[in-house]
Amino acid sequence: MKLSSFLLKRLLHSIFVIFGLSIVIFIIARVVPGDPARLALGPRAPEEVVQRLRQEMYLDKPLPEQYFYWIKGVLSGDFGRSSFTKRAVSEDIKESFSATMELVIFAGILMVIFAVLLGILAARYKDTWVDNLIRTLSYFGVAIPAFVAAIIFMLLFGCYWPILPVLGRLSPGISLPTKITGLLTLDSLIEGNFVAFWDAFKHLILPSVALSLGPLFQEARIARSSMVENMRKEFLFAERGYGISERVIMFKYLLKPSLIPMVSVMGLDLAALFSAAFLVEMIFNWPGISRYGTNVMLHKDLNGISAVTIVLGAVFVVVNVIVDIIVAFLDPRIRLGANRGI
Amino acid sequence: MENILLDIKDLHICYRVYGGYLKILNSVYLMVREGERVGLVGESGCGKTTIMKSIPQILPPGDFLITKGEIYYKGKDILKMNFSEIQRLRSREIAMTFQDPTAALNPVFTIGTQIGDVIKCSTALEENVHQEKIKTLSIKALKEVYLPDPERMLVNYPFQLSGGMKQRVCIAMSISSPRNLIIADEPGTSLDVTIQDQIMRLLNEIVKKKKTSLLLITHSLGVAKEMTDRIYVMYAGTIVETAPSNILFNNPVHPYTKGLLASVPKLSGGGISRGIPGRIPDYLNPPQGCRFQPRCEQESPICSEKPPQLFEIEKDHLVACYLTQR
Amino acid sequence: MRNSNQPNNSIAISLVRPKSIFWHNLGKNWYKFSRNPLSIIGLVIVLVIIISAIFAPWITPYPEHAGPFVDFKSAGQPPSLQHLCGTDNIGRDIFSRIIFAFRDALIMAVVVLALAVPLGVLLGLIAGQLQNTWIDIVIMRITDVFLGIPSLILALAIAVVLKPTLMNAMIAISVTWWAWYTRLVYGMASSIRNEYFVIAADLIGASKFHILFREILPNCLSPVFTKIALDVGWVILIGAALGFLGLGAQPPTPALGQMVSDGANNITFWWMTVFPALAIVLAIMSFNLMSDGLRDMLETRME
Repeated sequence: MKLSSFLLKRLLHSIFVIFGLSIVIFIIARVVPGDPARLALGPRAPEEVVQRLRQEMYLDKPLPEQYFYWIKGVLSGDFGRSSFTKRAVSEDIKESFSATMELVIFAGILMVIFAVLLGILAARYKDTWVDNLIRTLSYFGVAIPAFVAAIIFMLLFGCYWPILPVLGRLSPGISLPTKITGLLTLDSLIEGNFVAFWDAFKHLILPSVALSLGPLFQEARIARSSMVENMRKEFLFAERGYGISERVIMFKYLLKPSLIPMVSVMGLDLAALFSAAFLVEMIFNWPGISRYGTNVMLHKDLNGISAVTIVLGAVFVVVNVIVDIIVAFLDPRIRLGANRGI
Repeated sequence: MENILLDIKDLHICYRVYGGYLKILNSVYLMVREGERVGLVGESGCGKTTIMKSIPQILPPGDFLITKGEIYYKGKDILKMNFSEIQRLRSREIAMTFQDPTAALNPVFTIGTQIGDVIKCSTALEENVHQEKIKTLSIKALKEVYLPDPERMLVNYPFQLSGGMKQRVCIAMSISSPRNLIIADEPGTSLDVTIQDQIMRLLNEIVKKKKTSLLLITHSLGVAKEMTDRIYVMYAGTIVETAPSNILFNNPVHPYTKGLLASVPKLSGGGISRGIPGRIPDYLNPPQGCRFQPRCEQESPICSEKPPQLFEIEKDHLVACYLTQR
Repeated sequence: MRNSNQPNNSIAISLVRPKSIFWHNLGKNWYKFSRNPLSIIGLVIVLVIIISAIFAPWITPYPEHAGPFVDFKSAGQPPSLQHLCGTDNIGRDIFSRIIFAFRDALIMAVVVLALAVPLGVLLGLIAGQLQNTWIDIVIMRITDVFLGIPSLILALAIAVVLKPTLMNAMIAISVTWWAWYTRLVYGMASSIRNEYFVIAADLIGASKFHILFREILPNCLSPVFTKIALDVGWVILIGAALGFLGLGAQPPTPALGQMVSDGANNITFWWMTVFPALAIVLAIMSFNLMSDGLRDMLETRME
């Protein structure tokens, strides 16, 4: 199967998954909690108002029809109104998504760079103190969930050691750069506003580190074990036997085959960052989609919940597809359709 | 008297497992002279590949221990060499081909990249070669092993090649720069017989043309007879007999060698022999004395006490057996 | 040991002395498990957690603090000999509450995995066995949908929609968890299906049932067990995340996430945050380590 048909299949598959996802979410949002209209308006709203909302939300129609109306709205960008913020959900999401993007991108960069670095170091100096230190740190680091790290940072840097800001994206008093990408760091750089850039950057550090800590160490371990496993592979000994220098072997012939399994994991972890951001954004008061999502969930805002879930689900699926494309690009066996049945 | 290129003296190698150490190699002596073709024959599992990998020091580190012995190459002990000397050894002097060519090639790089790096590193010690020259040399090497369409081969990946082609590529990598010794580990064993035949002829031709020494490891006596000047017979990690090829086949002395040769069915009739009763010893606790003693038909008390040393009964013909040392 | 003169026939030996083979295998498995000393540490900690959770009412210093209990006099005390982890803002001993919280956390993990694993494994086996039929396609597409949803988000969404109780939290997490096992087992089952011993069993005339459960399943189990051990830690984590947001077990029942959230609200009493957080980390870490050891034991081949 060639690359183009592989991609096509993957895309169709993703679209299917997103649709399936929407059905699941819809079922959860509609079937379970009783009367959505009542829930949205609260127990004190008069019955006629509730009745009118019920008609608006098509609640008296059969379920598949309700789904149809909902999906139609979603596809044109209308997620309904939020009973929490009283605004169109799509507005809320548009505003908050870029904040989360910035956080996730930053955390992702940290994750990738340090995971590869630590993995290479640990594999290169295998069984020495470097390796043991990294492995011990990893065992510990993997077990630290993002929200625990966030809380600890909040404790440390909020109370005891205020060298880094813990709340929000920008300190009060710093003017916002004009919105081009929505990423504060990038926008302020483009404008040349270094004060804002530095401030935004400082605000980014703690939440990104908290987010990336766990996956970083997990990936470092995988990088290390992948490299160690490949180190014992016959072809490395063969290449060494032919006289290829150790440096070339390390950085070229060992690295590439070892990175391939890592990329899939990194992709999954990147997607998972979106979901880990849920609690982290709450703790650091970061105005992103995850904080919005948590808030709408706690307030039982059904429109908000379904919207956030489907948007994040779609992001998840998209990231997975991109990762698959990258892996196919890196591994010639997938790209050229090798027969893996040997 | 030709110069001695490779001289392994009294090599002992152990491998660590649950329960102790497997004493794989026990007092191995092996010698290859310049321009000579030497064969190493033995059953699967007798330690041939271990010897082969210990020469350029590519045994997987950690679990393998060299407990005793020296490996001399051109007079210098490999086991005492420092890293850059070993590098030099691997890139300029000794080359190897592996039993399984699929495992020996890196699956995510093109053939061209891999051969190119071998060439680059072998000449890097002298001068900086640039891309064009490397490419030319790679194509030349591929042509010498009779691979069709070498230019296209350079951009192929290993999985796109058949087994025979991969083995040829491995041979090409070994001859891409001039070497003094080629070690061939059961070349063609993982391929079908006709391809194996072609590979053997190819190897023969290359060795003759370039006047390299050859250390051929095989479990097939027929191959050994055709391709070698001298043969070492190995059993359970020890060398039991060595002789020039024709002398070995006409006049085997060691009981194991005799049993081995008798086991080969002959076209001249006579059926199949009984074989050699018994099994290879437990490497965890090998016998105190001669390792072949439990299966040997003849016996004397000293056989189970101390392992016999190699004893020269005529020129270049050595046997490790007490019964022949009368 | 055996003289090499005798035939190397361990089967004969095992018929005569089965018990020593059992100990030999146990010893060999322990050797494999213990190659990494950290796995042993993990195992020890896991056992300590489990035992102390089971015997919580008897071994904690202040078992009554795990229920409705208020004592403002001793509220907000830092860690001391009497209160190893200090007291919280209404005077309850944090150490005891942590151990009781582990009870619920472990029960949650057991229930969730008991629900999710058999379902996931069964679906994976069926899909793997009936590869390329419509059953396979349907099962795997549904699995893909559930895998495409981030677990935490889905669990949150479900838990929010239902009433916040421990049971509902468990249901919510189980719904998101089964899919991973299905995919894992599917991958293994569909490759094992083509192995010769399965084809041979089929030729002999073994029933589909037999092939599925006696030939294929045992060979899929090693990564499943490894993953189960790992997942206990992660389920505890997601349980804590839900608890942090107020879903799951309600006060005064102690729950790790809830305790961390209380700590965040009383941030000057640092011990209220740090110790429950450390407990979560410890749990995850020890299950991870133990699962590493399990993987070394089950999935490596020696000799």
